[in-house]
Amino acid sequence: MSAAVRNMSADREIEVRKLLAGVPDPEIPVLSIVDLGIVREVREEADGRMRVAITPTYSGCPATEVIRTLVRAALDAGGYADAIVEEVLSPPWTSDWLTEAGREKLRAFGIAPPAVRVASPRQLMGAPAVSCPRCASRETERVSEFGSTPCKAHYRCSACGEPFDYFKCH
Amino acid sequence: MNATPAMRAAPDTAHEEARCRYVLRLADTSLVLGQRLGEWIGHAPALEEDLALANLSLDLIGQARLFLTYAGELEGRGRDEDALAFLRDAPEFVNLTLAEQPNGHFGHTIVRQWLIDAWQLETYAGLEHSSDTRLAAIAAKALRETRYHYRFSSGWLVRLGDGTAESRQRMQSAVDELWRFTAELFAPDEVDERMARAGIAPSLAELEPHWSARIDEALRAATLTRPATLPYPWHGKRGVHTEHLGRLLAEMQHLQRTYPGARW
Repeated sequence: MSAAVRNMSADREIEVRKLLAGVPDPEIPVLSIVDLGIVREVREEADGRMRVAITPTYSGCPATEVIRTLVRAALDAGGYADAIVEEVLSPPWTSDWLTEAGREKLRAFGIAPPAVRVASPRQLMGAPAVSCPRCASRETERVSEFGSTPCKAHYRCSACGEPFDYFKCH
Repeated sequence: MNATPAMRAAPDTAHEEARCRYVLRLADTSLVLGQRLGEWIGHAPALEEDLALANLSLDLIGQARLFLTYAGELEGRGRDEDALAFLRDAPEFVNLTLAEQPNGHFGHTIVRQWLIDAWQLETYAGLEHSSDTRLAAIAAKALRETRYHYRFSSGWLVRLGDGTAESRQRMQSAVDELWRFTAELFAPDEVDERMARAGIAPSLAELEPHWSARIDEALRAATLTRPATLPYPWHGKRGVHTEHLGRLLAEMQHLQRTYPGARW
């Protein structure tokens, strides 16, 4: 493969990644699917078609099918109608895959990002202290381990009194 | 007698049938338990618990879909997840008998959930290292979800068991009543044995002590007593069910049976 062809392939990968960065998570639209960390692979096949691999957050997350449709539409609109979109399960998604930019976007939106990394041993030591996304106080309490979507739990801030969503450490 | 090629091929067919059956058992246990939990929607004692049970149900049905799709491919008769979920009758379902037991009161549902969560924890942890990479990938995904489920169910077990005299008595009754279905969890049959030998599934004899230790620890924390194990094994995973599964399926399958092929 010549350097020029290699560059072209790299350019196409960057372009597809840009398209995917414009696809919102349907349940938390402030995040793109790239922020969420579910885009596993973007590469050009030998036949010139682009391959996009996506992994689900939760096995039963109803957003998965919507995401597949949105990805398809974004690729079609971007001139990649022949791209292959596939679902991969391994390695499984955890909230550690959330990007730093994604964590900041969540906080700005009023959803507390995961407090510890899943891979961290601290994860085993019960419920971590969660900072209020509005006033940054650590005086918060868990209302429910589950929330409005599979990826969130429900918390309340004891300092400012606001209820808020917490993106589960999972 | 010399083995003919056909005779040598025969064990492989049996092996693939066993693999399909094993995957279908995992699928059906998740599906049936997920459907049971769905019955709580709008009826749980508090909004938070309503959300929790619905979330557990969603995870379980998601896991069931992955397992069912795989089982359908292994079977090779063109049945997809929907055909397997909605168009099989009770004797074709091979879930654990415990999963199909009615919800009862909230504490009763919690005990059923906790027993199966603990079983799934050990099963999926073992399957994560399966020689079947597809199964390993689904199990690795499900394991992370199941840890969260176990935290919820064991948390309530302890809170209600070590609660008031009334809640403690009701939790103990639920444990006593459901315990008879736990013998099946670790009673291997030829499918389990074949899968364990092939490195596809963990051996049930190796899982049992881990499950048992986890169960004992939670029971102690909940101040509840472990009932004596009854020798009679139930046979849900062989397609022999209690009367409750038929009613559950009647509700779950009603729409597809009445309007075959209906789509959203």
